[in-house]
Amino acid sequence: MSTIEKSTEPAEAPTVPPAPNRLRDVTRQLLATRRVLVGIGILALLAVLAFVGPLVSGWEVGQRDFGALLEEPSADHWMGTNRTGQDIFTQSTAGLQKSLLIGLLVALLSTGVAALVGAFAGYFGGVTDKALMWVADLALVLPSFVILAILSKHFVGQGGWLVLVILLAAFSWMVTSKMVRGLTISLREREYIHAARFMGVPPHRIILRHILPNMSSLLIADATIMVSAAVIGETALSYFGLGVQSPDISLGVVIAAGSSFATTAPWMFAFPTVLLVLMVLAVNMIGDGLRDALDPMSTSRRS
Amino acid sequence: MSTNTVATAEAASAEPAEEAPVLEVTDLAVTFPGLNGNPDVHAVRGVSYAVRRGEVLGIVGESGSGKSVSSMAAMGLLPDHARITGSVRLHGEEILGLDDRAMARRRGRVISMVFQDPLSGLTPVYTVGDQLAEAVLIHAPRMSGAAARARAVELLDLVGIPNAEQRYRSFPHEFSGGMRQRVMIAMAMANNPDVIICDEPTTALDVTIQAQILDLLRTARRETGAAIVMITHDLGVVAGFVDRVLVMYAGRPVETGTVDDVYYRSRMPYTMGLLGAVPRMDLADQSALVPIQGTPPSLSDLPPGCPFAPRCPIAQPECELTEPALLAIGDQPSGAEIRAGDAEGAGAGTAGTPGAADTTQRVACVRSGEITDQGWTAQDIYPVPDIPASPLAEVPREERPEVLRVSDLVKHHPLTRGAVFKRRVGTVYAVDGIDFDIREGETLALVGESGCGKSSTLMEIMGLEAPQRGSVSVMGRDTATLGRSDRFALRRDMQVVFQDPMSSLDPRMTVFDILAEPLRTHGRPAAEVTRRVYELIDLVGLNTEHATRFPAQFSGGQRQRVGIARALALEPRLLVLDEPVSALDVSIQAGVVNLLQELQARLGLAYLFVAHDLSVVRHIADRVAVMYLGRIVEIGDTASLYARPAHPYTQALLSAIPLPDPEKERARTHIVLRGDLPSPADPPSGCRFRTRCHKFPTLSAPDQERCTTVEPRVAATNGGDQAAACHFAERRTGV
Amino acid sequence: MGKFLARRLLNYVVLVFLATSFAYLLAATNLYPRGYFEQMQPPPTPEAVNAQLDALNLNDQTPLAQRYTTWLGGVLQGDFGRTIQGGDVTDQMWMKAGVTLRLITVATLLGSAIGIAVGAYAAVRQYRRFDKAATGVSFFVLSVPTVVIALVVQVLAVAINDGLGFQLLRYSGEYSAGFDGAWWELLGNRIHHAILPTFVLAVALFAAFARYQRNMMLDVLNADFVRTAMAKGLTRRRALLRHALRTALIPTITYFTFTFGALVSGATFTEKIYGWHGMGAWLIDSIFRQDVHVVAAVSWFMAVTIMAASFLSDILYAWLDPRVRV
Repeated sequence: MSTIEKSTEPAEAPTVPPAPNRLRDVTRQLLATRRVLVGIGILALLAVLAFVGPLVSGWEVGQRDFGALLEEPSADHWMGTNRTGQDIFTQSTAGLQKSLLIGLLVALLSTGVAALVGAFAGYFGGVTDKALMWVADLALVLPSFVILAILSKHFVGQGGWLVLVILLAAFSWMVTSKMVRGLTISLREREYIHAARFMGVPPHRIILRHILPNMSSLLIADATIMVSAAVIGETALSYFGLGVQSPDISLGVVIAAGSSFATTAPWMFAFPTVLLVLMVLAVNMIGDGLRDALDPMSTSRRS
Repeated sequence: MSTNTVATAEAASAEPAEEAPVLEVTDLAVTFPGLNGNPDVHAVRGVSYAVRRGEVLGIVGESGSGKSVSSMAAMGLLPDHARITGSVRLHGEEILGLDDRAMARRRGRVISMVFQDPLSGLTPVYTVGDQLAEAVLIHAPRMSGAAARARAVELLDLVGIPNAEQRYRSFPHEFSGGMRQRVMIAMAMANNPDVIICDEPTTALDVTIQAQILDLLRTARRETGAAIVMITHDLGVVAGFVDRVLVMYAGRPVETGTVDDVYYRSRMPYTMGLLGAVPRMDLADQSALVPIQGTPPSLSDLPPGCPFAPRCPIAQPECELTEPALLAIGDQPSGAEIRAGDAEGAGAGTAGTPGAADTTQRVACVRSGEITDQGWTAQDIYPVPDIPASPLAEVPREERPEVLRVSDLVKHHPLTRGAVFKRRVGTVYAVDGIDFDIREGETLALVGESGCGKSSTLMEIMGLEAPQRGSVSVMGRDTATLGRSDRFALRRDMQVVFQDPMSSLDPRMTVFDILAEPLRTHGRPAAEVTRRVYELIDLVGLNTEHATRFPAQFSGGQRQRVGIARALALEPRLLVLDEPVSALDVSIQAGVVNLLQELQARLGLAYLFVAHDLSVVRHIADRVAVMYLGRIVEIGDTASLYARPAHPYTQALLSAIPLPDPEKERARTHIVLRGDLPSPADPPSGCRFRTRCHKFPTLSAPDQERCTTVEPRVAATNGGDQAAACHFAERRTGV
Repeated sequence: MGKFLARRLLNYVVLVFLATSFAYLLAATNLYPRGYFEQMQPPPTPEAVNAQLDALNLNDQTPLAQRYTTWLGGVLQGDFGRTIQGGDVTDQMWMKAGVTLRLITVATLLGSAIGIAVGAYAAVRQYRRFDKAATGVSFFVLSVPTVVIALVVQVLAVAINDGLGFQLLRYSGEYSAGFDGAWWELLGNRIHHAILPTFVLAVALFAAFARYQRNMMLDVLNADFVRTAMAKGLTRRRALLRHALRTALIPTITYFTFTFGALVSGATFTEKIYGWHGMGAWLIDSIFRQDVHVVAAVSWFMAVTIMAASFLSDILYAWLDPRVRV
């Protein structure tokens, strides 16, 4: 897309009051939805906690306090320690940080892939459509859990968690891409798409300029839901030791370590779990609110 | 028949006490509370009317005038959060405020309703027969299932469903729109109700099917003796069908009276404008239509005075003070009285309450007396634009260059079945060999009912690809020979305007960007783009400040103007118009039609005008081509085709269009075609129209044989430009 | 129609074949069965390890293509090879599948039935107290990973048992080892053990179904045909039940089928945490045991269930909805 794409400010444009734009409309509508506000609030707090927590706790990530093994919360260790004397607060907040990053990256990647694959399949139809949807079907049938588990040994080491991100994304774009495809097929018959075609706009530009922007709201909402799905998936894998590998740490890892002490040392389990549930809840609230506010098809709006 | 009911109405008005009204609505008001801090929507603000048995009342208004909401309120079908006040009496008994159970006992038995959209009106998962039997059973719980089924079959038969016994087991999606509407009417008739409310019963249907349904409603009234409340936006539909008319605007009645009074002696500027805005295909003089400026007010933020005042050409300062009441002509307070604030009885919300038997004309306009005295007509009070004559009009058609020629164009596409297990089961012969040409500066209208192939034709032409068979040449260049860059260049000469102003503009782009897109695509420099965009905005009658707005902030008419401006951006010579005004309200439509005519004259454009509304076509087209099942059955210059339609299908189409003229409408005999359009995947042999032709049954056996076996060619008839594809084309006086 | 179905089935077979092959090749290249034997005490000789691996067709010194062909030849005859301990994969697979299916059948039926009822009623009472409560609960449940639900329920069960002083709730295994008795006592014992894991699965499903059914119901709640039904003389309640709910159930039933297929792998955590020896638990264990054949077999089974579920949901959809029926 070249510079002429940019809406050049009209040279002789008369001074008119700035038009209320859609973005502001949507923002206002979103802020009027209490769910979204609460969700954003919680998420912001969690983000602060995730990035500031490890710095202020007084303990390094992974650092062991041999004087305090499996201790209850105290002034020294705000959320107690685990069997090896690691500070639960530090571990959990550092884990939260990684889980958040994983969630966001997976959502970004998989929504991007889903949007492109779905839109191209839907717009072109025919062989392109068949081929792309066949790939999506194949990815659906591939036992993602098995593959992730087998490949878990590659998650070790510097940047290893990025491999996990890519794999999680590789197995989460299919359903969204089918949805995008369906939407594209209905959008394709819209008259403004026909008009663009009849004025000679090339297909890829129609997709990028007319089709994807018009479902962006849905894509955003879906990406949000994807964040929580990715976090949950990562937790589950890590619980079996098949997710994020040491020395990296994620909430799943901390929860897994704490789960066997759930009855004897509840602080080990409770704190990271609460963080996780809060995070997923916040993300879901935002995503659901977004979907309601943005999706014209959604009947559950006006709340 | 109509005259009979008029007589009844007169008799009744002489002895008002003799027959009590079946349904009496008084001061009905409906408010939808605003959510999320939005203001309340006052959808209905004081509606009163009454109907007796056998009487037909028409409620006319544009979209958003509150006509449907008021009848839904009477049926008790509005959602719980709607606030309803006033009174609705059924046989004298107040039914407003009854609980759902009590209302349910009355719905369908005493008062029933026919809805607009028969597509979504029937439950998709039950057979039509079962749904009909349910309507019978619900009010006769002791009836056996078999008896209810028998009654359902009988009803299906009554409303003209062929093979009722077998069709009982069909699902709604297996029925055509017309047949679904028949089922809906059967449902409404099932328990011999006393009132049937018809909410736009023919709006979604083609004109020949509309004629069938109107006929059926007449039957329904005869069979049940019910009173009918006919809600519509189409002034033609009510003209020949109803006894009295109620015109609504912004949630209130603004004029009421007998149909003749309202149509011939309208005294409310709004009614006058509406009637003037309708193109009349029965008149030889096709001068500019009367456009009503502006748009209806928002129902959540109404001005204090007359809601029509902002659009009214004869509004006075008094009009904006208080809302005028619905009063008999001459009863309106004078301007001085209003200014003095002495307007009790004229305040908002207390519209006059006409007695049940009252048929006097009442008008909600302070100047109604003046209008009567001066004898003003729509042409007198509305400024009618002056459309310049095209300089090309002088040049004979044959000497003008050809901008589009279509010869033997064919478009077949596969017919697939099943949404889950999709597979090909046949071929749709959407366009099956058509020929026509368009010369510079002229308008060819392509008309026909839905499914006749007119939209496929348009898409084939706009695609600029080599057709499956035949050829398309634009500006003298055959599309089959075009290379990629030639095709791109040729797009400048031919642009398109679509039907739905809602979906023809990208909702996420500003008007500026929408108009700039074709220019940028074709590589115009930025400075020129800006200049041209403002030029276009001016050309179609929008303001410069509209450039930064989004489509959603415009009304339908304004959006359609943006669509036209976009099509004109590259200075095309041919404009393809796909039903450009059919989604617009009558008052808005007139303005857009005038604009199109003005642009054609000023810019020397040629139009290919695809439409189903023959009245608009008559108004705008120089030549007309009538399509039926993928073929052109008749083509010719507008004047002679309307005056002497040669093909039986053209005759039927023209005859089916209701005229907004009660007397003419009552005197007309309509040709009502049988059945539905055959499937374009399996067209009849020989003449494709023979299965529905009204002339076919009157022919002798050998002649019939010819129709069944030999396909008629398009051959010149009536001399001159006109040609029809019928073995027995004839001269016949049209409308 | 028949030809069409055959083509679609063929496509499924190809997809399942590719997915299983992919899983096998991935497992064969990434898992390290040699390590499993080398760890044994006392450490066997390299020759003995090689002999073992050869017997199981797991020797990483044999070219991959050759191992793959051998394995594939077996699979085509319905033999998925041997487990690393020498057992027959095929036999064990059906046994484990039985365990998983027992667990998820009851759970899906229970969860979806309650979910549908709650969701549909919540839609009718949109924005009333019931709707808000139902939405809140299902929302919260959906935000908690199954792992956490399973663990929390387990922790609670322990606490309850401790409080009561006897084992009211069983949270480990499918049945008590060594328990003996009449058939109904055995059955009772099994049911006793099944309560908690079934509950955990059902809770998560309930939330998903309640949300889904609510949305589907809202879509048809204001449909024209409901209005028509009321205009005929049905009360609102009856119109909703007979016309709206019946129509809104169609997508839910197809969703149900799909969920059921996906749950074969989705139940992994519950199985593992509650000590049920189902498919998912088997898979996790075999990955740690470097058991290539079990991994491939489980992959095959999961691919087949997903395909079967989506095929079945298509058929059900076509059967239930006359609009798409052929």
